[in-house]
Amino acid sequence: MSQQPGKSGLIFNEPMLWEKSREGRCAISLPKSDVDRVDLDPELTGDAPELPQLSELDVVRHYTRLSQWNFGVDSGMYPLGSCTMKYNPKTNEVQASRQGFASAHPFSGDEFSQGALALMYNLEQYLATITGFHAVTLQPAAGAHGELAGMLMIHAYHAKSGKQRSKIIIPDTAHGTNPASATLCGYESINVKSGEKGILDPETVAAVMDEDTAGIMVTNPNTLGLFESNIRQIADIVHAKGGLVYGDGANMNAIMGVVKPGEIGIDVLHLNLHKTFSTPHGGGGPGSGPVAVVKALEPFLPVPRVVKDLNSYKFVTDCPDTIGRLHTFYGHFGVMIKAYAYILSMGAKGLKDVSTLAVLNANYIKESLKGTLNLPYDLPCMHECVFNDEFQKKDHITTMDMAKRLLDYGFHPPTVYFPLVVEGAFMVEPTETESKEDIDQFINAVKAIVKEAGDDPEKLKKAPLLTKVTRLDEVTAARKPCLRG
Amino acid sequence: MKEINDLNLPDDVKYTKDHEWAKLSEDIVTIGINDYAQDQLGEIVFVELPEVGDTFSEGDEFGSVESVKAVSEMYIPISGEIVEINESLEDAPELVNESCYDDGWIIKVKPDDVSELDNLMNKAAYLDMLKG
Amino acid sequence: MRYLPHTKEDIEAMLKVTGVSSLDDLFDCIPDDLKTKNTVDIPESLSEWELNAHMEDLASANIACKKYKCFLGAGSYDHHIPAIIPYLISRSEFMTAYTPYQPEVSQGTLQGIYEFQTMVTELLGMDVATASHYDCGTALAEAALIALRKNKKANKIAVSSLTHPSHRQIIHTYTSPAGYEIVEIPYTKEGLTDAGALEGMDDIAGIAVQSPNFFGNIEDLNAFKAVAEAKKVLFITSFTESLAFGLLKNPGSFGADLVAGEGQSLGIAKSFGGPGLGLLAGTKKQMRNLPGRLIGKTKDANGDNGFVLTLATREQHIRREKASSNICSNNGLNAMTAAMYLATVGKIGIREIAQQNHDNAVYLKTSLEKVGFKSAFNTPFFNEFVMKVPEGFEQKRNALINDNCTFAGINLEPFYPELKNHYLFCATETLSKDDIDQLAKEVQ
Repeated sequence: MSQQPGKSGLIFNEPMLWEKSREGRCAISLPKSDVDRVDLDPELTGDAPELPQLSELDVVRHYTRLSQWNFGVDSGMYPLGSCTMKYNPKTNEVQASRQGFASAHPFSGDEFSQGALALMYNLEQYLATITGFHAVTLQPAAGAHGELAGMLMIHAYHAKSGKQRSKIIIPDTAHGTNPASATLCGYESINVKSGEKGILDPETVAAVMDEDTAGIMVTNPNTLGLFESNIRQIADIVHAKGGLVYGDGANMNAIMGVVKPGEIGIDVLHLNLHKTFSTPHGGGGPGSGPVAVVKALEPFLPVPRVVKDLNSYKFVTDCPDTIGRLHTFYGHFGVMIKAYAYILSMGAKGLKDVSTLAVLNANYIKESLKGTLNLPYDLPCMHECVFNDEFQKKDHITTMDMAKRLLDYGFHPPTVYFPLVVEGAFMVEPTETESKEDIDQFINAVKAIVKEAGDDPEKLKKAPLLTKVTRLDEVTAARKPCLRG
Repeated sequence: MKEINDLNLPDDVKYTKDHEWAKLSEDIVTIGINDYAQDQLGEIVFVELPEVGDTFSEGDEFGSVESVKAVSEMYIPISGEIVEINESLEDAPELVNESCYDDGWIIKVKPDDVSELDNLMNKAAYLDMLKG
Repeated sequence: MRYLPHTKEDIEAMLKVTGVSSLDDLFDCIPDDLKTKNTVDIPESLSEWELNAHMEDLASANIACKKYKCFLGAGSYDHHIPAIIPYLISRSEFMTAYTPYQPEVSQGTLQGIYEFQTMVTELLGMDVATASHYDCGTALAEAALIALRKNKKANKIAVSSLTHPSHRQIIHTYTSPAGYEIVEIPYTKEGLTDAGALEGMDDIAGIAVQSPNFFGNIEDLNAFKAVAEAKKVLFITSFTESLAFGLLKNPGSFGADLVAGEGQSLGIAKSFGGPGLGLLAGTKKQMRNLPGRLIGKTKDANGDNGFVLTLATREQHIRREKASSNICSNNGLNAMTAAMYLATVGKIGIREIAQQNHDNAVYLKTSLEKVGFKSAFNTPFFNEFVMKVPEGFEQKRNALINDNCTFAGINLEPFYPELKNHYLFCATETLSKDDIDQLAKEVQ
């Protein structure tokens, strides 16, 4: 067995910024002022905020040390299910920082922003052809924001048709953002259970779908990593009662070039550029959540929209049925640049290879670990597979214990305790950019941990042992919140 | 988590199907969550309380209890007006874990109709429900 | 493709383990009639070098060249970004990490954002700040929803007509499906929100005022706080230029319950309007109503200090349809950038930079007045102000962009049809006296 990547090393302590502060230091080169100083009315001014006073090296060392306490995709394998933690290409960062993009002011005017508009227009076209939809908006700032945009369009569609509806169907495997987005539109979530094989049965949907139901929100592939193969029948049932089908495209990384959601009955779909299209997660964002729609929903897209006029591009806002505006300007343009660069680097064939290899990697892990960990749904999976801690219960070892121990082996743990339909879920999404050697190392690490669970369960209970801090007291953090220093 | 037989279920309170308890004393009903509920939730980090003077009908949601990763709504077993809330829970929600029938009580209600309490379960009936 | 590591041998060995005979067969679980028969219409893949050429072509089709002079504001500001900021924020441990759900290997993000929360509360004079939102407009819409949800009796929110026009539109988009309404508070001839107009407004759940407002003018927030208190509704303030609080009194000192703001000025590139940084802060009383992530300080099993995501029960992944918001991804990396910026400028730097913004803006205004521009409002401002421009300005302005890469002001007529020939000008610390003199000469 090859050596595991996890190893203890020198880690630096680093105090809070303000503990390093010394009166009189300043880390910025202040511009020289060459105009007269004009004092505002003292009634309007306050004291300078008590920000830390540091030298440039103080700041550099502070953040360098902080960064060393973090684990990123560039540090090691990050098989976080449902999050698609693939490699973030560095050329994308170079493209986004070009001066013509980074310095562009959003109110420069269409005439002087043709490069940005062309990029946005073409990215919309590419996402439309990848997903099989008629039109795309890039404005939503994240996946959940895209969901909100999609649900607002469904809401506006029903309003326009003359009768608003009050409910929306959501399967138990859905991300929590789905019901939360539906609530923002005033829809009551009708939760339905997935069937025995981990996918939705058309009968279940037929039983609750009625003419007061706005539609259904489906994640396909779903969060168990399974393809919802009844999607067409489900869409027919929903459409027959005048409803619409919302697709959560969080898992699009499994099906590029294989399935176009716009061709299988889905009416509106959001994408996560920070998942499928390789833009970095940044420790929580910024992401970007474009939304693709069928022709019937195009009038409801948010404004402004980008349109092509012969050989030039412009923004239009004159769309009477639009849901309105969702972002102060045009969305996360900086993130769009990176996704655009990625799509051009991959080409159509490359994107299909991405999905194929993502699915290969997940199935390889599923088959390699299924005797080691319990696999509640032993079916061919898509880009991720979900195990749980059933086999470890006899040793009183939980999914959380195994996840924490994986840190010591040098791996980021999978997503744990989600989806909620699997008790103690351990949800692995390797992505296509992990090599067979790295995946084999991960498989070996899991096997070694499972062995430890039997041999030395106490070690797992205390894990992680090599990280800067050990398990943290989340109870006190929530009981006595301390949210500022 | 506790086995059903290890639960502390006093005889002098009444139980709801949502695991609240209620006790009548001098025309005022004191309400909290029972040992089973606090044990299932684990370490309680926050109790969302109504305000004194709020009125509720039987079965209304009147607040919630939170652990680090779960929220559980509480439903009032009797219609009436809130006359007192347990303010000490604001700083010490752990009282619900430590003493759910005494220091960890949640609200006191002036009931509209005391007879609504007759709809609640006694210890034996509640235990039967838990054993299902 | 260089991002895909699989060799032919790897693929064969892995297929063997999965028991599937070919790569195509991996998709056997998808019914054939659901598979696409159509191609994906994307150009053939580009090499890194071809991509560079193509992207530079696009970037240079935007007029934002090396001698770029920016007199534009309105929610996106041109400020100096010290070299250490892009350098540090590019560290891949920050950039390629996910949301810090595993705190033991995320202490860098967690301490960094905790410091961010702390410095934002200091800047704004508030008790609690969240770990970020998408932008000011979306943060303000969330603040409006907090007020509306808490107030069972009212379904309207009063919003100043001098709140950024996009922000007002976002509030409308967010709140109208649930049946809420926005009432706009008109503005006075001084270019300030008319507090008196609130007198007759009933059934409102909150009052939202931007200061400095969209015209750049500094509002008297005391007046609005007094009305909010009298009406027993939440007082929400917003701002688009965070550097203003290097100089101005902060919103907390006026008794704001909730504050929404834009943090783009704090070391973040304009980037054609996004990603920026939504700031959202509140009083302690509002802590559990705030949407989005919060980071808290705690101890680990050894008693050492550490940080975790906390109060997560407000959020969608636990409370689902009852969550305070649907937000999941935020703008975390930009929050970290802003923290780096605030640490870099420090107490001394932020004061001096803010003062220079104000000084340059006053000098610009005076210079424009000398060449025939008329001040629209004689009201104190920070770094933006409105001028009535002389005839022929529009043509001169376009020529200046094409010839000198200088952007002189934003036409207000599309936002306020009554303000024909009125432009919003901005001057920051990036402009010198020469730049301003040059502009005044060109538009004469």
